[in-house]
Amino acid sequence: MTAYALSAVQVLAVAVGGLLLKGLMAKVRARAEGRVGAPVTQPLREVVKWLGRESPRATGGTLMGVVPVVLVVTTALAAALAPLAGVGTAGAAGADALVVVFLLLTGSLALALGGLATATAFGGMGASRAMTLSALTEPALLVAVAAFAVPARSMNLASLVRHSLAHPTGVASPSHVLATVALLVVVVAETGRMPVDNPSTHLELTMVHEAMVLEYGGRDYALVSLGESMRLGLLLGLLATLAVPWGVATSDSAWALGLGLVFLGLKAGALALGVALVEVRSAKLRLFRVPELLAAGFVLAALAVVVGVVVR
Amino acid sequence: MSGLDDGLLDLASVAVLALGVAALWRRDVRALIGLLRAQGVALALVASVEALAGHDVALGATAALVLAVKAVAVPWVLGRVAASDPGAREGAPLINVPSSLVLAAALVGLAVVVGAPLARLSSGHAAALAPLGLATVLVGYLVLVTRRRPLSQIVGLLIIDNGVALVTFLLTSGVPLVIELGGSLDVLLVVVVSTTLVGAMRARIGAEELDELEGLRD
Repeated sequence: MTAYALSAVQVLAVAVGGLLLKGLMAKVRARAEGRVGAPVTQPLREVVKWLGRESPRATGGTLMGVVPVVLVVTTALAAALAPLAGVGTAGAAGADALVVVFLLLTGSLALALGGLATATAFGGMGASRAMTLSALTEPALLVAVAAFAVPARSMNLASLVRHSLAHPTGVASPSHVLATVALLVVVVAETGRMPVDNPSTHLELTMVHEAMVLEYGGRDYALVSLGESMRLGLLLGLLATLAVPWGVATSDSAWALGLGLVFLGLKAGALALGVALVEVRSAKLRLFRVPELLAAGFVLAALAVVVGVVVR
Repeated sequence: MSGLDDGLLDLASVAVLALGVAALWRRDVRALIGLLRAQGVALALVASVEALAGHDVALGATAALVLAVKAVAVPWVLGRVAASDPGAREGAPLINVPSSLVLAAALVGLAVVVGAPLARLSSGHAAALAPLGLATVLVGYLVLVTRRRPLSQIVGLLIIDNGVALVTFLLTSGVPLVIELGGSLDVLLVVVVSTTLVGAMRARIGAEELDELEGLRD
């Protein structure tokens, strides 16, 4: 029973926390640029507002109604499985890293299909770009998680986190450091943050993610927006859990789980703050330069695996 | 050796390799020199950790020498040449950057497989890291053969040298000080001669990209 409660709390935390993290990053950016900026809760309010509106859909846009639901459901499933606040989630025994990556990929694929479904120029362009980048980020993501899995000799996320909690010095091992950096690159690319994609524009020829979701409106757009920020929350949470596992609850007591939730919020918030500060200081890369960054992420992840095998 | 020494040795050796791989990623020549400087510092750290763990005064002196030559003198000489041509970038390497990075990952894997006998040469913790030095040598070769600018090629050559030095420190706890002194001076000499050559080429021909030197002119 606790397992299901923990999973439900995690999904809720990722949904609300993801939107708050998005607001936090926008706030940090505004402050760094000398503006006051919208309140941190702004994305949350916007989603609630859009949820109450009807969704205009293009002709032949049945897929547009399905895509947001698929995106939110797959991300919620991944958030329910992954050990974010505690390791004892429902279905933790099956919470393989491959399953979580597959669920995330299903969401990206659904978004790309939705971009193509409307048959507009922007949608197709965005979908094609997103798939090109995704073909480079997904292997890097898998290899980076595999690097975390080498010391535990298991791809199961829960046993991986348990192992690294039992061996706290492993956090400073070179393999761990390299894999963390690689995963950071992947998270930035997957969530469409600054050096890879510009999340704050809607009218630029270089945009990737916003081009795909340009045709959505009302409730559909609310769900897409929610799904996207859930991905942000999930990926930042996963990165925090894998890189610095301290605070993740291993017992079933409510105190430990509550503490785990607080730690999750603190770690993800700190990461979001870091990403936002890097964003402020960096310009968007040209689209043709992005594969170089992603290849660097991949080679770091590959190095992490090799080093993890060599250095015992 | 204690656990802390082992951990530091791990981090420093991996840093030497990772900085070598990063040289494939960066295009700005001055950034490459910065990477080389950091690699020299990491190499000196490897030597000094081993010197402290083995209470070896000669190795400590070698570490100081490595720091002076590879982290200070060589980058300074290269930096002077780079400063005369600010904004120099590696425009179009023979193999594009993403492919060369993936190739580097494959080379590192190869080095670990081929270098397994090296790791068995001695039973210590340091010897297990020796394949990383071999991987650095291979990555240095890749920089050397795929880059077109002479300065980037010199950086590639120096990465190879750093890789060889890493293998030496890890397997034999360093060579005698006299040999290391000779080797370091050789490296410094090579760098001075080749940078002078680059300067002369630039002064006489106005270009330094080797591909532009194929045709003859009056």
